[in-house]
Amino acid sequence: MISRIFDMITRRIDGPLMAALALTLALGLTVVYSASGGSSFERAVGQGRNLALAIFALWLFAQIQPQLLMRLAPAVYLAGLSLLIGVALFGEVRNGARRWLNLGVTVVQPSEIMKIGVPLVLAWYFHRREEGLRMRDFAIAAIVLALPVGLIVRQPDLGTALLIFASGFFVIFLAGLSWKVIGSMMVTIAVAVPFLWPMMHDYQRKRILTLLDPMEDPLGAGYHIIQSTIAIGSGGVLGKGWLNGTQAQLDFVPERSTDFILAVFGEEFGLVGNIVLIILYMLIIARGMMIAANASTVFSRLTAGAITLTFFTYAFVNMGMVSGILPVVGVPLPMISYGGTALLSILVGFGILMSIATHKQLVSS
Amino acid sequence: MMLGQALRDQQRELTIFRNRLLLSGFLIIVAFAILLGRFSWLQVVQREYYHTLAEQNRISVVPVVPNRGLILDRNGEVLAANYSAYTLEITPSKVANVERAIDELSSLIDVTSRDRRRFKKLQEESKNFESLPIRTRLTEEEVARFAVNRFRFPGFEIKARLFRSYPQGEVASHAIGYIGRINDADVKRIDEQGLAPNYKGTDHIGKLGIEGAYEKELHGVTGSEQVEIDAGGRAIRALSRSEPLSGNNLVVTLDLRLQKIAEDAFQDYKGALVAIDPKTGEVLALVSKPGFDPNLFVDGIDPQNWDALNNSPDKPLNNRALRGQYPPGSTIKPFMALAALEYKKRSPEFTISDPGYFTLAGVPHRYRDWKKGGHGLVNMHKSIVISCDTYYYGLANELGIDSIHRFLSSVGFGAPTGIDIDGELAGLAPSQEWKQKRFKQKWYAGDTVSVGIGQGYLLTTPLQLAAATATIANNGVPVHPRLLKAVQDSKTQETRVVGPSVARDAVVTNPDHIALVRAAMVDVTRPGGTMAQAGAGATYAIAAKTGTAQVVGMKQGEKYDEKRLKQEHWDHALLIAFAPADDPKLALAILVENGKHGGSTAGPIAREVFDYFLLGKKAVSKKPLDPGSDDEEHD
Repeated sequence: MISRIFDMITRRIDGPLMAALALTLALGLTVVYSASGGSSFERAVGQGRNLALAIFALWLFAQIQPQLLMRLAPAVYLAGLSLLIGVALFGEVRNGARRWLNLGVTVVQPSEIMKIGVPLVLAWYFHRREEGLRMRDFAIAAIVLALPVGLIVRQPDLGTALLIFASGFFVIFLAGLSWKVIGSMMVTIAVAVPFLWPMMHDYQRKRILTLLDPMEDPLGAGYHIIQSTIAIGSGGVLGKGWLNGTQAQLDFVPERSTDFILAVFGEEFGLVGNIVLIILYMLIIARGMMIAANASTVFSRLTAGAITLTFFTYAFVNMGMVSGILPVVGVPLPMISYGGTALLSILVGFGILMSIATHKQLVSS
Repeated sequence: MMLGQALRDQQRELTIFRNRLLLSGFLIIVAFAILLGRFSWLQVVQREYYHTLAEQNRISVVPVVPNRGLILDRNGEVLAANYSAYTLEITPSKVANVERAIDELSSLIDVTSRDRRRFKKLQEESKNFESLPIRTRLTEEEVARFAVNRFRFPGFEIKARLFRSYPQGEVASHAIGYIGRINDADVKRIDEQGLAPNYKGTDHIGKLGIEGAYEKELHGVTGSEQVEIDAGGRAIRALSRSEPLSGNNLVVTLDLRLQKIAEDAFQDYKGALVAIDPKTGEVLALVSKPGFDPNLFVDGIDPQNWDALNNSPDKPLNNRALRGQYPPGSTIKPFMALAALEYKKRSPEFTISDPGYFTLAGVPHRYRDWKKGGHGLVNMHKSIVISCDTYYYGLANELGIDSIHRFLSSVGFGAPTGIDIDGELAGLAPSQEWKQKRFKQKWYAGDTVSVGIGQGYLLTTPLQLAAATATIANNGVPVHPRLLKAVQDSKTQETRVVGPSVARDAVVTNPDHIALVRAAMVDVTRPGGTMAQAGAGATYAIAAKTGTAQVVGMKQGEKYDEKRLKQEHWDHALLIAFAPADDPKLALAILVENGKHGGSTAGPIAREVFDYFLLGKKAVSKKPLDPGSDDEEHD
């Protein structure tokens, strides 16, 4: 009886992926506890609640057949797009950015929906055109991608726009966009940078300049990077020990439980901790790629591949930014940083991966 | 065909997909390798560097200010103490609008207009980033009320601090001095002496008196504490601490009870009194009336009080005992007599017939005695007892100014006595050379005649008079007056007694000369002497000499008429005295401003001090000092 219930629950769960996820999430909770001062459980419990909700969402999405998801994809995308337009017209401004939309019942950040919506709709499009992709299909895909990304850049929310662009680009890339086009795109971007530069916001320019020389403005824009590299560097090989990071516990690391939580982790757990975290991420990514490689439909494999590569992008951008090799963009460390929304969208993504992994037999039979 | 094409396309797409996935995997490994390289660089290669930075971030060394040493009188009575209290301090640079913030604050805790004025003055004198007290001595309740509302007042901070207090108030204020906030001049001095590290965290320094002179003993050694601070600069906890070493307690030579008796004896008169132990030079009382309350200065004096003290015609801030330079009047006569005996210009038996005036050969000017018609036959003994001016006009003329200068200098006139607090003035023992230098003028014989009765160019401070009197009392051996008796070392807990300074050679070599002057001074306090009234009924022998110093000069032939003069132009009364005459325990010099006659105003003060010191009794009923009661002894 009990084993049947257990089987019911775990039927759509991919064991190896779930194990790696669980380990990472558990690690995340302990770091959130430390980053919130190590004396109050308030944040850790809050994150636990977020986690419970996100795991339920994962489980829920794992039950949904990929075909159903594919059918829903255009609707999700269109809903997301109209909400983004709504934001641009009626959105609430917080911290100088127009990212939130008050729906009366609740305040939503529609860009989060697009993190799932964009790769799904692109995968759906390429799936439908599987008889033979032409340049025109890629052009349409580019427009489908450019619309939400453009709207999000304007909010402005460069970090999220970058991630959504990445997720869409991965679908197009995996669908087989010719190297010639990819090459010329890169050249175009390289050429466009000098023209984009004057169009950027002051704070965005500052972030890039700061990366080049953080000491130029040590109490302003450079402060984040300087303090987080000090935190990581002073952790050494073995770290200062859980709850013992002076940089973190004495508040020198800004946003230490959200975007800069890696500084806390690196300080307290050292190089060994960082290696463990990278290994966990690589296991998750490797499993994701296996699922993608073995997926039975174009939609499934493009979706699975894009989700996996986007997850990698999250991790790499955050780790690069906190360790001072990438500019500061507002990207949390996946599954470690405090915060419910990012966690939810990531675990929903893994839910879809698991659905793809566990439903393929049905399709092929 | 179509289907085959589609299948081949599908197969081709799958291959492309898998190849690109593989490529992505490779790139991912490269990316993570880069991250790993970065982490290794930070955490292995650069670890020491970042470790140092992190320690510097979190650790701050804060000075721990030592407790200032106490000041005690010779019997252990506390003259200066510390107490701990809360202050509310403002760092002006952290407050946008200080005025408005204080307005807001005053709705929470009392801020008087005096507090505001004082704060404003401090603000003008200090740098913007210094923390300045707006309120001192907060009650527990006020502290609690502020703590609750603290968030409303950035830049405001409650501090628990040690405060200096002077429990005796005005008593002995000129000797004890006071501490005040360190100003630019102090900072410069501290830097020059290389003491800057020891003054980190200290914001008060001794300014005057004992507090100023023995700053080094009193301050102590500043300790330090390594504290962990957070990014906001708040101290979280102490990591290690090197304890400060409290300042040494000072035992001063003053006798607080005697000091009080002496101050009270002045009643409402201004003036000065210095009482010295003639054998050791210890100063037992140092009075300068009026005094001031040193407590006002500790945390910055408010402008109102400052103006009141600084602009008062009574000059309460002037230490008359050290800085008041007065003509000694007839109190110089015992010294003139000693000079004449030492330089063999007079024998004790030499007698003049006093017509009531003196003339220099060939000059018509008459130098008048205070007594019209003169004193008849006067020898040296009588000249002191009745204070005969004529006798000393002639004596001075025969000695000559340079001999007078030599002798007066040997008993300490014309130079600071070297007492161990700052600010002492030198007075003036004139000489031919001095006048030439000062006025580019020749010295006239008439100048010498005036000096003979303590007028003219001669100026002395009450302290010098007391020290010179002690020299007579100590059989001609001068002593250094000083205020420090002992130092209680805070480190070793040992008491270092400050011994009498190196014994000096007697300036009067013949004991008979001292004996003669002493006997005459005793008779001053007996019937027929100028202080007979104040000396009456004493169970011990007092040796004394009265004097009067003119405040306004008079023309030849003009009669001094006190009724026509304003009180501030009345003559100053002077007195030197020691007792018991045969074994002196205390030597005094007294100056009573506008007291007119030494015998009538200064005499009773001396008597009260001696009675208390020698007999331990306080005057039972105090009569008001009456300068007019002994008209006939107008010296």
